[in-house]
Amino acid sequence: MSLLKAENIHKRYGKEKVLRGISLELERGETMVVIGPSGTGKSTFLRCINQLTPPDKGRVWLDGVEVTHPKCNINKLRAQMGFVFQDFNLFSHLNTLRNVSIGLIKVKGMRKEDARKLAMKELERVGLNDKVDAYPAQLSGGQQQRVSIARALAMEPKLILFDEPTSALDPELIGEVLEVMINLAKDGMTMLVVTHEMGFARAVADEIVFMEHGVVVEQGSPQQMFSAPKHPRTGEFLNKITELYGETA
Amino acid sequence: MLLRATLINIELLFALLFLGLLLGTVVALLQVYGGRFAGTLAAGYAWVFRSIPALVLLFLFYFGPSQFGVNIPPFVAATLALGIRSSAYQSQIFRGAIQAISQGQMMAARSMGMSQLQAIITIIIPQAIRLSLAGWSNEFSSVVKDTTLAYVVGLNEVLRHARIIMDRHYELAMLTYLAVAVIFLVLTYSGNRSLSWLERRLRIPGLQMKVGTQNT
Repeated sequence: MSLLKAENIHKRYGKEKVLRGISLELERGETMVVIGPSGTGKSTFLRCINQLTPPDKGRVWLDGVEVTHPKCNINKLRAQMGFVFQDFNLFSHLNTLRNVSIGLIKVKGMRKEDARKLAMKELERVGLNDKVDAYPAQLSGGQQQRVSIARALAMEPKLILFDEPTSALDPELIGEVLEVMINLAKDGMTMLVVTHEMGFARAVADEIVFMEHGVVVEQGSPQQMFSAPKHPRTGEFLNKITELYGETA
Repeated sequence: MLLRATLINIELLFALLFLGLLLGTVVALLQVYGGRFAGTLAAGYAWVFRSIPALVLLFLFYFGPSQFGVNIPPFVAATLALGIRSSAYQSQIFRGAIQAISQGQMMAARSMGMSQLQAIITIIIPQAIRLSLAGWSNEFSSVVKDTTLAYVVGLNEVLRHARIIMDRHYELAMLTYLAVAVIFLVLTYSGNRSLSWLERRLRIPGLQMKVGTQNT
């Protein structure tokens, strides 16, 4: 059974059909990279998975439990899906440590001391154990994004959704975030990543999905997608994006 | 005698601020998160009680019920009238503060599994308080002075005492009212100082406040 299954996801904003029937399956331990032009609905799709944006039609299962079921405990299910935002969204009034531990305390009901220890461990994992007392506004973008990854990791999620995690970063800060993500992929974390970083996709993706105009145009292994795309648009897009962004990882 | 009467103003001040804070918070939260029906109701509440003159509210709350045989003590009537009025103003301060917080904060909280209420309590309100303090300090200065309006419903507050003094010793009129003026200068000054101390105390390191006094 796949860890994540999305079936025929539809979403429209007013008259605009952003998603027109997206279906995907993700196995445990797999890293899937979603690429595609902006405005294609990639971010909307990620938000449809954890119901931050409930889809109009279609169903989503996490580890066999239907996330789109009206009677499911959505808060409990969300706690099992980490979400890393493009613009970090760290809680600006909490220091680094509290940003990572607050979910453990408030959502998982963990004791403060235990939460602190676990948060320290996760901050160490992203190389920020020397910044525990700093507030988000005192950190660089790359550091903020690493804290937000630690915040997601601390909840011990079944998978993490990444919504363009490096798009808001200065070029010289992208590497440190990608490095953390590559290590996660190697450690066997299940990840669904929307990104333009082709180097990352090449290095760790088990599967690449090319999305355009709210549908999946093509999906396959990185080797196949980069060397022998079946659909002409896939090749065109990959060439353009590699030219634009290079391969940082 | 004036100073003792001032205590009544201070009591009224705390009572009305507390009522205003409580109701104002609820109204602001309803306006932002309450959906269409509750949101419109909350917006209507804020509009109505900001539109009616304070004196009219005082008369309404004091004389209105007594017409039907319900006698409300002046202090209670004044607390209700001025507190509800202040809640309308406070709700708009809080609403602005809540809306100034990036929507990403709520999304991040929800995405880690917090309920909406949990997110409001642990993430939104602590940030909204900080953003509200400057505006709230303004509201504070305004209601401090409004406490003297309770004079008209017969509350034995400082202005009423000043009037009694003047009635007995007209030669002290200037002095009496100057004393009242000084009392309010001191009250407003010390209140605002405490609030700006609190604002500095709660300031988030590294973060520039969007509103409020900067020490830069």
